[in-house]
Amino acid sequence: MIGSTSDNDPTAVLDGLLGPDAAAWLAGAAAAAGDRRALLRAFPAVGRRLGRGPLPGPGGAGSAGSAAAGLHEWTVDDAGRARLLRAAAAGTDPTALAALLDQLYQHGDAAERRGVLRALDLLPAGAGGLPLIRDALRTNDVRLVAAAVAGRCAARELPDAEFDQAVLKCLFVGVPLAGIAALPDRDSPRLARMVADFARERIAAGRDVPPDAWLVLARYPGVAAGLAPSPDPAATEED
Amino acid sequence: MHLFDPHIHMTSRTTDDYERMYAAGIRAICEPAFWLGQPRTSVGSFLDYFDGLVGWERFRAGQFGIVHHCAIALNPKEANDPRLRDVLDMLPHYLEKDGVVAVGEVGYDSMTPAEDEVFTAQLQLAIDHDLPVLVHTPHRDKLAGTKRTLDVVRESGISPGRVLVDHLNELTAPVVAESGCWLAFSVYPDTKMDEQRTVTILRELGIERMLVNSAADWGRSDPLKTALTAAAMRAGGFTELQVERVCWHNPIAFYGQSGRLLLDGGAPEPDQAATFAGNSVMRGARPER
Repeated sequence: MIGSTSDNDPTAVLDGLLGPDAAAWLAGAAAAAGDRRALLRAFPAVGRRLGRGPLPGPGGAGSAGSAAAGLHEWTVDDAGRARLLRAAAAGTDPTALAALLDQLYQHGDAAERRGVLRALDLLPAGAGGLPLIRDALRTNDVRLVAAAVAGRCAARELPDAEFDQAVLKCLFVGVPLAGIAALPDRDSPRLARMVADFARERIAAGRDVPPDAWLVLARYPGVAAGLAPSPDPAATEED
Repeated sequence: MHLFDPHIHMTSRTTDDYERMYAAGIRAICEPAFWLGQPRTSVGSFLDYFDGLVGWERFRAGQFGIVHHCAIALNPKEANDPRLRDVLDMLPHYLEKDGVVAVGEVGYDSMTPAEDEVFTAQLQLAIDHDLPVLVHTPHRDKLAGTKRTLDVVRESGISPGRVLVDHLNELTAPVVAESGCWLAFSVYPDTKMDEQRTVTILRELGIERMLVNSAADWGRSDPLKTALTAAAMRAGGFTELQVERVCWHNPIAFYGQSGRLLLDGGAPEPDQAATFAGNSVMRGARPER
C-alpha cells in the first residue's frame, strides 16, 4: 500500500461510482465551491449525499487486509470532500485557502477533519496543511492520526523530530506504518533508536511488540541489536 | 420498551445520569442547543459548544448505549446579545451536519424585537435546510407568548407539522393543538409540568403529535422524567402501545422528518472502551488495545 493513495488521484473513481442524483449534487457543489458560504454548507453534508463506504481502487476497498489497514483507506466521502476542496482552491489565493481549510477542519466532525487532511495532497503546496497535521497528530483518534501522517504533505512538511514522533505514535495507537508515504525514505538512525527503545519497553512489560516496528528496525540492525521479531513475546524476555 | 427523550441537555449531566437513563429504557435523545446558565460572550464559545454537541457529547452518550442527536440554533435568551448575532451566519454550516435533526431551541424569552428577528431568521433556515423546528415557549407571559409564537410560525410559511412547540401546560396546549403543530411537555421536579398533569392533558387532548421530555439541564431537573411519565401513563390507564407511541414513536416521527436520525442500526450497546479524539470517559482505566 505504500504510496498507493498519493501516486494516483483517488477521486477519479467517483464518477463511475455515484448514482445520477449524487453525481449531480457533487457537480453542483463543486461548481459553487468558490463561494465560502456554499462550501461551508456542502462540506458537512457530503457523507449523506454521496455515501461513506470504502472507495474502490488504489488505496480503497480490497487493499486493506484488516481493520487497522483500513485506517488508510479512502472513503467515498473523503473523495467527495477532496473534490470540493480542489474546486475551492482553484480560484483562491494560498492565504485564503489556508484560512478556509483551518475553518473547515477546526469546526468539522471527525469525518470532515479526515476529509480535509486527506485532501491536502491534492491541493497546492502552501495551502497551510502543516498546522492541521500537527493538530491531528496531537489527538489519539486513529482515523485522524492515520490521515494526517500518511500523505505527501506530511512527508514534505513535518520537521524530522515531529515526523519521528508521529511514526512512534502510529506504533503506539495501532496505525499501520505501511500506509505512510514518507517511509522508508525518511526513516533515520534516530527513529530506529526510538523504535528500539519502545520495543524494549514493551518486552520489559511483558507485552507484544507491534510487528510494524520491524519495518523500521530491519533497516538498522545495529540499533536493533538484541531484538528479534517473534510472534511469542515470552521468547524475547531474556532481552 | 425503549424511550426517546426528545429534549435534554446532556452536556450538563453526569455519566451517572447516562447509566440511570439506560437502565430506565432510554435509548435515544435529542439535545437542543441552549444557554449555559451563564451568558456566552463570543461567537467562538457558541461554535465550541456546537462542535461538542455533534462530537464529544454524541460519543459520550454512545458509550452508555444511548443514541445522541442534537438541534442547533441561537437560543432566544442570547438572541438579545448583539455580540452573538453573527452565530446566525455560522448556522448553515452546522445545520448540514449528520445527527442534527432540527433547528432549536428557538422562540421567545422576553419577546423583544431582537428575539423576533432571530426567531424569524431561524424559521427560514429550517425551511432552507429542510429541518423541523423545536420552539421554546417563554416562562413568563406564557399564553401570550405561545399565541405570538404560533403567529410567527404561520407567517413563516413552514408547515405546522414540522414545528414542535415545547414547555406547554393546561393553558397553552389547547391553542397549539388547534394549530397543527406538535406539542411537547417538559416534566420537572417542581416547575413547568409534573407527571400527573401531563397524563391528564394527554387524556383530554389525545396522544397524536404529543411528546414528553425531561428538559433536564444544569438546573434542578430529573433526566428520568420521561420514564416516570411513561409509568404514570400506564398507571393512568394508557396501554403499552399508547405509551410507546408517545415516548418512542412520536419523537422518531417528528425528528425523522429531518432524514438524519442515527437510529438505523437500532440502539447501540454500551462501549466504554472506545475513545473520542483520544479521550475516554473511563479516565485512567482505558483498556489496552
